[in-house]
Amino acid sequence: MQRLTAEQVTLAYDQRVIAENLSVEIPDNSFTVIVGPNACGKSTLLRALSRMLRPTRGRVLLDGQAIHALPARKVARTLGLLPQSSVAPDGITVADLVARGRYPHQGLLRQWSPQDERIVQESMAATGVRELGERYVDELSGGQRQRVWIAMALAQQTPLLLLDEPTTFLDIQHQLEVLDLCADLHESQGRTLVAVLHDLNQAARYATHLIALRDGRVVAEGPPGDVVTAELVEHVFRVRSQIIEDPESGTPLVVPVARARGAKAA
Amino acid sequence: MTAPTTTSADTATRSVRALRTPGGLSVRVDPRAALVTVLVGAAAVAVGVVLIGSGDYPLSFGQVVDTLLGNGTAAQEFVVRDLRLPRALVAVLVGASLALSGAIFQSLSRNPLGSPDVIGFSHGASVGALSVIVLSGGSALTVSLGAVAGGLATGALVYTLAWRRGVHGLRLVLVGIGVAAMLSAVIHFLVTKANLVDATRATLWMTGSLDGRDWAQVGPLALVLAVLVPVTLVHGRPLRMLEMGDDAAYALGVPLERTRIVLIGCGVLFIAVATGAAGPIAFVALSAPQLARRLTRAPGPNLAAAAVMGAALLLAADWIATEAFPGRQLPVGVVTGVLGGCYLLWLLVTERRAGRL
Repeated sequence: MQRLTAEQVTLAYDQRVIAENLSVEIPDNSFTVIVGPNACGKSTLLRALSRMLRPTRGRVLLDGQAIHALPARKVARTLGLLPQSSVAPDGITVADLVARGRYPHQGLLRQWSPQDERIVQESMAATGVRELGERYVDELSGGQRQRVWIAMALAQQTPLLLLDEPTTFLDIQHQLEVLDLCADLHESQGRTLVAVLHDLNQAARYATHLIALRDGRVVAEGPPGDVVTAELVEHVFRVRSQIIEDPESGTPLVVPVARARGAKAA
Repeated sequence: MTAPTTTSADTATRSVRALRTPGGLSVRVDPRAALVTVLVGAAAVAVGVVLIGSGDYPLSFGQVVDTLLGNGTAAQEFVVRDLRLPRALVAVLVGASLALSGAIFQSLSRNPLGSPDVIGFSHGASVGALSVIVLSGGSALTVSLGAVAGGLATGALVYTLAWRRGVHGLRLVLVGIGVAAMLSAVIHFLVTKANLVDATRATLWMTGSLDGRDWAQVGPLALVLAVLVPVTLVHGRPLRMLEMGDDAAYALGVPLERTRIVLIGCGVLFIAVATGAAGPIAFVALSAPQLARRLTRAPGPNLAAAAVMGAALLLAADWIATEAFPGRQLPVGVVTGVLGGCYLLWLLVTERRAGRL
């Protein structure tokens, strides 16, 4: 049994049901990416897996226990989340913000151990923000800020890390930077990563395990090489395409079919 | 156990240091914030001594200190110990309560305008206290209890209207301003219903005043704060986490609802007991946490610095109220109202410029 699973969950915001009877397993030590069209429920699923959203039916299990029944602090030592929207408090420095990732490991009289200090340093080094330590978070660029938030999640030192659309609002260079960083974390630190991504080609390149959602249902899951086919892309995204081999990475590359000439002329 | 050792936190955290004991215990200290707290605290003590020396029977700084140390004449003893010291202590406790309430709500709403005197909590406490004055002409204690009941009821109302599914700072401020307006109407209604004696007492009470406060007020106030202050300080760390948004705080293991309920409860009680003791003193809750924040330059609610700032502000305001027009004592609420109004204008203009309003 995998560490993080969803068992027949029904996910809804108030009365609006997003997914029913959805079951998902996150393979241990994988870099799992959830893909699907807008409003397919991918962010909702990630919110449920990270216990931000309580399923109306079914349950999410972390190490075999219902995640909503576990104390918030205990979960926070095992499972980290990079939310889509976080607010950097006014006038906070990068190092201060990253240090907050140590919160679940600290107590009223154990606020700042040498270990905390070391881990914060390592997290900043791993995300390349170490030299920004004294800067204020408000004055950073979008890409730098995202790396700072990732550093905070890293400082939490959780074996499982969930990222909700970590590349949104970033330009292509910073998108790749963030994804390379995720891949490094997965490969060198052996963490299990789960991310929601919009770009199918990026997902195919970086993921070791892909979950394709449509209308709140899992349409396909598995390694990108097996999952990403022209039929699947048409079924999930309603886009006709050719699948070729990515000349850089050997992973599947989705090339959408051009509009027919006749259609263009008309 | 040997003495705590101080280690500088390397480059990790600008000026923040950790105090550690060999037992593995550690406390984070921001030296600037600690210094600000100590200096403002010292200023509060100095202003307090000056305040005690002011009035119809003036005493010099040295005389007040001597008397406080037990070396005064019988007359000085009477004036200092029985008349003015309790009044100054009430000012300290009320000022600190107002500031802590302000710091809590401004932090929870992530908005400097999310202060209990703007968003209706002090109005609620006033309605409770006035109801007691007008309907039963009750004692000081029952008036205080009325203020607490009114404050808690308003807290529950605003929570229901604005706090469901997480705080949106602006929504809280807008709902709170609406509630405050309605409660103001209730306050006016209560005053019109009162007979002349009660109406006079109510109007005086509404200004916010420290006149005639004695040891009978100090005791209960100190007792309540002895419970509330530690509870609040313990929740200061999760409160800092909440400022990053509900998702980020929950992901870091902060139990959201429990933390919020405890802090709202403390914040409402702070404003309610302060209002019960001295009437609705305006603007200390709004300005003290912001001044503390500007001086410490530290993110987060800065609870300790805010508390001493509130005490210092109210002592200073009471001194101005005593000295501004010789021979004629103003209610302290008039002074904080005038000073705080200027501050509010400035705040509205800067918030508007920063696009937060």
